[in-house]
Amino acid sequence: MRGKLQMIIDTNAYLSRWPFRRLAGDEPSAFVSHMREQGVSEAWVGSFDGLLHRDVGGVNARLAADCKNFGNGLLVPFGTINPKLPDWQEDLRRCREVYRMPGIRLHPNYHGYSLADPEFSDVLRRASAAGMIVQLAVQMEDERTQHPLMRIPPVKLDPLPDIVRTMPSLRLVILNLGAVPGRKQIAAAGQVFFDFAMVEHVVGVADLAAEVSRDRVVFGSHFPLYYLESAALKVREAGFDEADMKAVCVDNARRILR
Amino acid sequence: MMLKSGYGWTRIHTDGIDRRTVLNAALLPLVGKTIRAQAPKGLRIWDVHCHMYRVPGDTPEQRIEFLVRLADRMGIERLILSQGYSANLHPTADQLREENDRVLRAVRRFPERVYGSVYLSPSHLEASLEEFDRCVRDGPMIGIGELEIDKRCNAAELDPIVERAVAMKAPILQHCWLKTDGNEPEESSPNDLVELARRHPDATFICAHTGGNWERGIRMIRDTKNICAEIAGSDPTSGFVEMAVRELGAERVVYGSDVGGRSFASQLSKVLGADIPDTAKALVLGGNLRRLYGPILRSKGRAPERD
Repeated sequence: MRGKLQMIIDTNAYLSRWPFRRLAGDEPSAFVSHMREQGVSEAWVGSFDGLLHRDVGGVNARLAADCKNFGNGLLVPFGTINPKLPDWQEDLRRCREVYRMPGIRLHPNYHGYSLADPEFSDVLRRASAAGMIVQLAVQMEDERTQHPLMRIPPVKLDPLPDIVRTMPSLRLVILNLGAVPGRKQIAAAGQVFFDFAMVEHVVGVADLAAEVSRDRVVFGSHFPLYYLESAALKVREAGFDEADMKAVCVDNARRILR
Repeated sequence: MMLKSGYGWTRIHTDGIDRRTVLNAALLPLVGKTIRAQAPKGLRIWDVHCHMYRVPGDTPEQRIEFLVRLADRMGIERLILSQGYSANLHPTADQLREENDRVLRAVRRFPERVYGSVYLSPSHLEASLEEFDRCVRDGPMIGIGELEIDKRCNAAELDPIVERAVAMKAPILQHCWLKTDGNEPEESSPNDLVELARRHPDATFICAHTGGNWERGIRMIRDTKNICAEIAGSDPTSGFVEMAVRELGAERVVYGSDVGGRSFASQLSKVLGADIPDTAKALVLGGNLRRLYGPILRSKGRAPERD
């Protein structure tokens, strides 16, 4: 490999506290330090609080404040939207108009709806109309290691291709999807991108790039729940050439942001 | 189809993956150096938990060539290989032998990089003891396991297998999970391994996966000193290695990947990303395995180089 990348854009990270364990990096200053040590210049962050808290307005206000107060521009906030809460449309408006967030992050399995529910399409439509990126987190952890009183199955993506096809301007990033069937069909439906934090098999990132095209793969670590080094080492294991690596680590995310 | 996914048994769809991966491997250059995360120079990494399952290639030689090329890329010095291509919950005695033959072919292809560990089943005890003699006592293999099939490891049928291992100073790698939604009927837990280990205090056991739910698994094996915790085959969840080193001591924690159901990358990150001293990382990534497998390697005239 010739030359060095000057930056990595990590599209899948979280601030605040994971409900079941303290994590190295769950304080903003430690988070930023570790990201910088690993060569990450920009991190798209949601909030762990958004999984279970019902005061989503407060969650997004804290997220926006942390992104402003720490990291000198490294942290890019992606607000939580829970369309099962009353007046979620106001949360979406604040994300865009008050906090100037470039996008939102959805957790349908933690918020109790399926992709076939009309609220999901409504969120996508409104976010897209507002020019916002939508991130859809399929899961947060392996079902087999979840707390026994908090078992949350992954989001079923079957309805997704048909929905995406109706929204050509939607920019959708799917987070924490493993090596499951259907990725190619989802990618073909529209402007859909995939991170690889939960692509676990050997050279899985190279397989993902071959399946959906390297232009649809973005760097995602799921830090601090997962070691940031995992994503970085997966890129190394993939054996990408310089152009592929630059696309996956930087350019594709830049293109989503426009 | 039900396949071994590298961390137990689950439903996996594999159509087309091997062909794609072969293509990728052929087309992509070997090294990408822009990523900062990597093994510090001087670390000697041994991987105790490797399979040829889900690895591209039509023959054992092709599959191990692929894995060794990746090991080079990731800075891994030695691979300990077991189970062949296995994806069968209940292999026959003939199938055990076939998988061990595949491992032997892989070992012969890279004798300085790849060690073998024999695949046995307590459901075929006599055949398994014969396989131990063929592959370990009279052959090049240096350990037992990954054992994970047919019966939980606290079964009495394991005792003669363990006695053979003790006689040869061969470590035993035992699959152990603690699935939140319940283990398979004959799938072992760390508690099952504790029972077995206490019956055989002179044997050396490696608790593969440490239960997956590692916060519980580490506690289960904590007081049984002839069990080491192994970190393979679960998501790269922050804190695993830190807790294992804190509760067991760095001397009782070993790196393994469970490749090819898992990547070398995600499993290495558990150690390379852990907030533990470099001396502990050196033990976990290889020093402990050289200590555990040193006696049987020396008995075969293949003493590992000193750290």
